[in-house]
Amino acid sequence: MDIVQELLKGSSLALARAITAIENEYDEAFSMMEKLYPHTGRAHVIGMTGPPGAGKSTLTDKLAKQFRLQGKTVGIVAVDPTSPFSGGAILGDRIRMNELTLDPGVFIRSMGTRGSLGGLALKTSDVVKIMDAAGKDIIFIETVGVGQSEVDIMKTADTTVVVLVPGLGDDIQAIKAGILEIGDIFAINKADRDGVERLNSELNMMFDLNQNEVDWRPPVQQTIASDGTGIDELMTKIEEHIGYLNQSNELVIRRKQRTRNEFLALLEEQISRRVLEKITVSGELDSLVTSLEQRKQDPYTIVFGLLNQYLR
Amino acid sequence: MANESLKSKVQAYNAKVERSLEKRPERKNLPHNRLYTPLDTEGLDYESDLGFPGEYPYTRGVQPTMYRGRFWTMRQYAGFSSAEESNKRYKYLLQQGQTGLSCAFDLPTQIGYDSDDAIADGEVGKVGVAIDSLADMEILFDDIDLGKVSTSMTINAPATVLLAMYIAVAEKQGVAVEDLKGTIQNDILKEYSARGTYIFPPKPSMRLITNIFEYCSKNVPQWNTISISGYHIREAGSTAIQEIAFTIADGIAYVEAAIKAGLNVDDFASRLSFFWDVHNNVLEEVCKLRASRRVWAKVMKERFGAQSPRSMMLRTHMQTAGSMLTAQQPENNIARVALQTAAAVLGGTQSLHTNSKDEALALPTEDSVRVALRTQQIVAYESGLGDVVDPLAGSYYIEALTSEIEQGCWDYIQKIDDMGGAVAAIEKGYIQGEIQESAYKWQMDVENKQRIIVGVNQFQIEEKPLEGLLRVDEAVGVMQKAKLAKLRAGRDNADLTTKLAAIEEAAKDESKNLMPYILDAVKAYGTIGEICNVMRKVFGEYEAHVSL
Amino acid sequence: MEKRIRVLIAKPGLDGHDRGAKVIARALRDAGFEVIYTGLRQTPELITVTALQEDVNVIGLSILSGSHNTIFPKVLRLMKEKDMSNVLLIAGGVIPDSDIPALKAAGVAEIFTPGTPTASIVDFIKANVK
Repeated sequence: MDIVQELLKGSSLALARAITAIENEYDEAFSMMEKLYPHTGRAHVIGMTGPPGAGKSTLTDKLAKQFRLQGKTVGIVAVDPTSPFSGGAILGDRIRMNELTLDPGVFIRSMGTRGSLGGLALKTSDVVKIMDAAGKDIIFIETVGVGQSEVDIMKTADTTVVVLVPGLGDDIQAIKAGILEIGDIFAINKADRDGVERLNSELNMMFDLNQNEVDWRPPVQQTIASDGTGIDELMTKIEEHIGYLNQSNELVIRRKQRTRNEFLALLEEQISRRVLEKITVSGELDSLVTSLEQRKQDPYTIVFGLLNQYLR
Repeated sequence: MANESLKSKVQAYNAKVERSLEKRPERKNLPHNRLYTPLDTEGLDYESDLGFPGEYPYTRGVQPTMYRGRFWTMRQYAGFSSAEESNKRYKYLLQQGQTGLSCAFDLPTQIGYDSDDAIADGEVGKVGVAIDSLADMEILFDDIDLGKVSTSMTINAPATVLLAMYIAVAEKQGVAVEDLKGTIQNDILKEYSARGTYIFPPKPSMRLITNIFEYCSKNVPQWNTISISGYHIREAGSTAIQEIAFTIADGIAYVEAAIKAGLNVDDFASRLSFFWDVHNNVLEEVCKLRASRRVWAKVMKERFGAQSPRSMMLRTHMQTAGSMLTAQQPENNIARVALQTAAAVLGGTQSLHTNSKDEALALPTEDSVRVALRTQQIVAYESGLGDVVDPLAGSYYIEALTSEIEQGCWDYIQKIDDMGGAVAAIEKGYIQGEIQESAYKWQMDVENKQRIIVGVNQFQIEEKPLEGLLRVDEAVGVMQKAKLAKLRAGRDNADLTTKLAAIEEAAKDESKNLMPYILDAVKAYGTIGEICNVMRKVFGEYEAHVSL
Repeated sequence: MEKRIRVLIAKPGLDGHDRGAKVIARALRDAGFEVIYTGLRQTPELITVTALQEDVNVIGLSILSGSHNTIFPKVLRLMKEKDMSNVLLIAGGVIPDSDIPALKAAGVAEIFTPGTPTASIVDFIKANVK
């Protein structure tokens, strides 16, 4: 099967295989990305992040259904942590999106973090590109927002929704600072619980303090995803953000920045990988480290030496 | 001082043990303490901690003479295929000396689907009897006098419907409704956390449950309105302490819901009943039962201010652990069930189902269920275990372990209270998570041979598959579909439509008790699917969203 | 990034007993697989669409309710329609020995009966996923 051709024609099977190819870095993956790249840049990417148990998947499910009612096609990438011990993962976000599975206009894919922190954001971004090329109008990225890599993933999004729950016992301070800064919209889910007002005021105080030059002040929307409360309003806020991005040229600016950052990240990753490959394969790495331990050489000398040797 | 002298003797004993361990190391995975002495029951007060049988806190039993007056009810869970087949099996079991009926329904019935619903394909009559309407129920109890037998029905989400059907059958038989004796399981919380046959979300489900409490307290006063179940929680993999803790937490949630709905605790609490697993570790199971009675008595008295002694008594049915049956060397299961029966009796159960030897593989044949019933009868008549009330009381180990399990139970109840109660704990996935952890640990212990299962990871043999297993005929599905078509053609559909509409209206009004409306629709031969679909429309369906 | 074996674990039909499925899912995770767990009340349609989107190597179904002779043919037919012949279909639960030969002939790769250690399932998957 010609994956690229079939994918562009709308085959779900081809889309699924393409994602696998890039995740596993099959040989054909890179020429595949080459052919797909011109077809990317259309989809609007929405990031959904927040602490575990906040209800991101349930919210994504509800929002996706709203977009479907508008006739838009949807892709969802759900990222779950991989066990650092075994390398395996339980990817369970789909359980909250059962109905969407049978909707032919929706494609859901679960990804593990696979332990590679640097590469994860790149991989997720590639998966988003593949879904974009396949014609999805809206693509959700869902991650558990507790680490730096999750913050990086969110940079792939045009609109980032941070989902919080009241009374989790965590102060806002405890939540990764980066997530709070990149949040475009904040959803307080399970808003029927105690602590809603406190969380609401804490968030708004934070926005007051961090007011920067951009004219978008993140709105805070209360939701109860399980029964649909606040979903319409959240949709409106997302649409308002999309409108804002388009009208203010923010979208163009952000995407330019993102394209640049992704390119640099890929460049960095590939360079270090090439060099690492060379010295690991040849066994040089171990002797270099020993040499450092014994103070026979210093790290800078070694590194510049390697660059001279392998990057001519 | 006697204690100091004893303490030094214990130390001497321990020193001997150290020396003995070198030559004779102990087996793996044993409890930490190997011996119990009076030191372990210091502080135990007979009157306040144990009391007498039939007296608060009911540690020693809920009835003064226990099995000397009346044996536990021997109540074998049964039902499969069609109502006709199951009726035959019920009669067989009654003939063989069982003293109560227990109905198993198939999955479509348990989840409120008719046998001709697409989702029921392949499931009709497989794990229990297919009941689509009152017509099936009439056949199920054909020639069985509901005035003379007590019936337990394992039905949860659509419990209102099956109870209504039972009442309707009784009325047709000319039995007074207030004379009816029996139980409906009606325990939705454990469905969410361990068993999976839910229909509606928690709030409307609790409403239906309290509707039943209220309806029965007025109309069917001898009926056990709920069987708050730990069996399924244990079978899902929990420990003994978790089993009673999570179940009692569920019980607390039900009592709170009923009180919130305006009921007085002493009006309904005497009709709450429980359902425990009886597992392999005989003495732990005995202690678990004794601890559970003491905890519940205290909960009802201190937390809910119950005045009537009957409100504080934990009465229970038990079932031998299905998960401990092996597919390998099935005859061994008879020995397992005998030991489990002994545990249930020494623990003081009110009612018991014993599994058959072939139940790891299929539903039981007549021959194998007869042996399971005989096992109870042998324990009852030949073993002497029921001849003295609570015979193990006073044993240092039994009392210490009972107290230890009780404490473990309180610890969990506190944790769950801190989360906001059982419903909140289930929504958070806390209870499911604890159960899964225990289940996984169990499996790893078995695979690492820290825990030996005879015939499975030790003492295996080459064996041929067991023959003569019960098979449910696939034709049952076809037959039920035909019955449904005939039913729908033959009944007064206009009348039924009005009655279904009445259910819908009443369902929207939280202050209305739905039982009378459901009873009306049942008598008009509304099917379980039709009635539940009306409620689905108003209440919505539960969306399970807890993963691993 | 390294390749991972991806397994879908699902409970088809109305059966709600998921102790086994959950234990297996965890054991597979601990063996280094990526496990997509979709829980209860999965229809053959849901199972196969999920398996396709997730591009799994293995579909593992747990059935204790006796509906296996209805469910498996449906799943196999849908897998064929969706061109998923490279996906391994395995099963566990309460499935009588006498039904196993027909199920295997129809395309179920292996049926793991009660008492099977999780390690055997892991080994089977590793040995049979191409």
